[in-house]
Amino acid sequence: MDVALFIEKFAIILIVFGITMFIALYSTFAERKVAAFMQDRPGPNRAGWGGIFQPLADGVKMFTKEDFIPNTPNKFLFILGPGLFIVTALMTSAVVPWGGTLHLFGRDISLQAADINLAILFVFGVVSIGVYGIMIGGWASNNKYSLLGAVRASSQMISYEIAMGLSIIAVLMMTGSLSLRTIAEQQHGFFDWGQHWLSWNVFKQPLAFFIFLICAFAETNRTPFDLPECESELVGGYHTEYSSMKLGFYLFAEYINMFISSAIIATVFFGGYNYPGMDGVATHIGPNIAVLLGVAVLFAKTLFFIFFYMWVRWTVPRFRYDQLMNLGWKVLFPLSIVNIVLTAVVILGRQYFNF
Amino acid sequence: MATDIKSMSLSGRKIDVSEKEMTFKEKMYVFAIAKGMGITLRHFFKPKVTIMYPEQKREFSPVYRGRHILMRDENGAERCTACGLCALACPAEAITMTSAERKKGEENLYREEKYASVYEINMLRCIFCGLCEEACPKEAIFLTEDMVSSDFKREGFIYGKDKLVMPLEDKIH
Repeated sequence: MDVALFIEKFAIILIVFGITMFIALYSTFAERKVAAFMQDRPGPNRAGWGGIFQPLADGVKMFTKEDFIPNTPNKFLFILGPGLFIVTALMTSAVVPWGGTLHLFGRDISLQAADINLAILFVFGVVSIGVYGIMIGGWASNNKYSLLGAVRASSQMISYEIAMGLSIIAVLMMTGSLSLRTIAEQQHGFFDWGQHWLSWNVFKQPLAFFIFLICAFAETNRTPFDLPECESELVGGYHTEYSSMKLGFYLFAEYINMFISSAIIATVFFGGYNYPGMDGVATHIGPNIAVLLGVAVLFAKTLFFIFFYMWVRWTVPRFRYDQLMNLGWKVLFPLSIVNIVLTAVVILGRQYFNF
Repeated sequence: MATDIKSMSLSGRKIDVSEKEMTFKEKMYVFAIAKGMGITLRHFFKPKVTIMYPEQKREFSPVYRGRHILMRDENGAERCTACGLCALACPAEAITMTSAERKKGEENLYREEKYASVYEINMLRCIFCGLCEEACPKEAIFLTEDMVSSDFKREGFIYGKDKLVMPLEDKIH
């Protein structure tokens, strides 16, 4: 492997890591601000201009709290839980294409840490490992409330993973590829001239997008599916026994998950780094400018979805547990299968009857 | 004419509860959620009602009853004669006092021959009703517009004469 490629990938990974951390950090602040604004309050506004240093104050508070470990026989697992959760949350960002290909220093730099051809499977796999972070943490706490919270969390995540996977299969049938890079490239621009239709997948697969969005809410444990940690009903869910930065990791990983899932929704359904008129920008202003603009567009889409997460959280009340399971198994699961069948019929119809 | 109790409505907004089956559109919840999100988004852009407390204070009403003050007369002598009527009037039994006789040479400190050597109000018991103010025959105790400040200890809320008596430089003429 040549050194330049190594440096290039290393730089991309570091930058993506930094941006992920930064966005997750400020998501906590944005969450409080959005909540406040929707409740006609100004929100945290004392630390720095408009409260801009509030996340740092929260971080310092988290670090300086007493780090309590309960009397558990599984001290190692107790520490492993939050670590695993945050590592899996961070790993997913490796396969997201953050932009097109830059031409710098005579090299083509692809703005993606790893363009693996099974990117979507990788995402699903890593997300599934995230369940272990919750389950191990809840189990090692040696506390029945934590265990109950963990069981609720893992059964919810596993249930919704099925509908999520099936909803994305309909998209994959159209793209014919599991690589996120390929999926993003197929949604080039905004208008698909060959098919006389808008090129973003959300216009081709609105139902799949809708199911995927709902499942993404459930996967990231956000309201209306935040039963694992519903602070007003359970003692605190799977992280009852956690304190200090271990609790911080759990809470922080939730925001990282939110950011990554927003990025994946934007990539798979909303054209990723594509925007209307990107070819015009590339020819008239410059290819690198067009690529950088694409990165900005992707982040704008991602931030919109993060806002959407918060918007929903402060609007919709929490589901009851049986409603959650009913929705997952009796509504979303059949609906996504219907969507697969519909997609298959349309694809075959297009092939054989040319409509 | 006596109306049936079931048809009465004090507010005029009575709605009969119906247990009708939800339609398919209602069961989807999506439209209801979209409507709710519209409402929250509208509130997002509404002006905020918060009063930024230390910089900005809510205007008190002119008859606001805050913490107490023991007045001095125009010569700077305490008006209170420790008659105990305020303690008697107090429904929360927050006021206690000990009376003492004025010595020679203290005429500039106390207006009458008897005065309160100890005068304490327990601010945790006080309900700020203002009855002490009304009971006082000497116009010695008043409720001001100041608030009782917070404290970490209960003892801090028992205000003695050091906190209650009006400072000398504020004496009214």
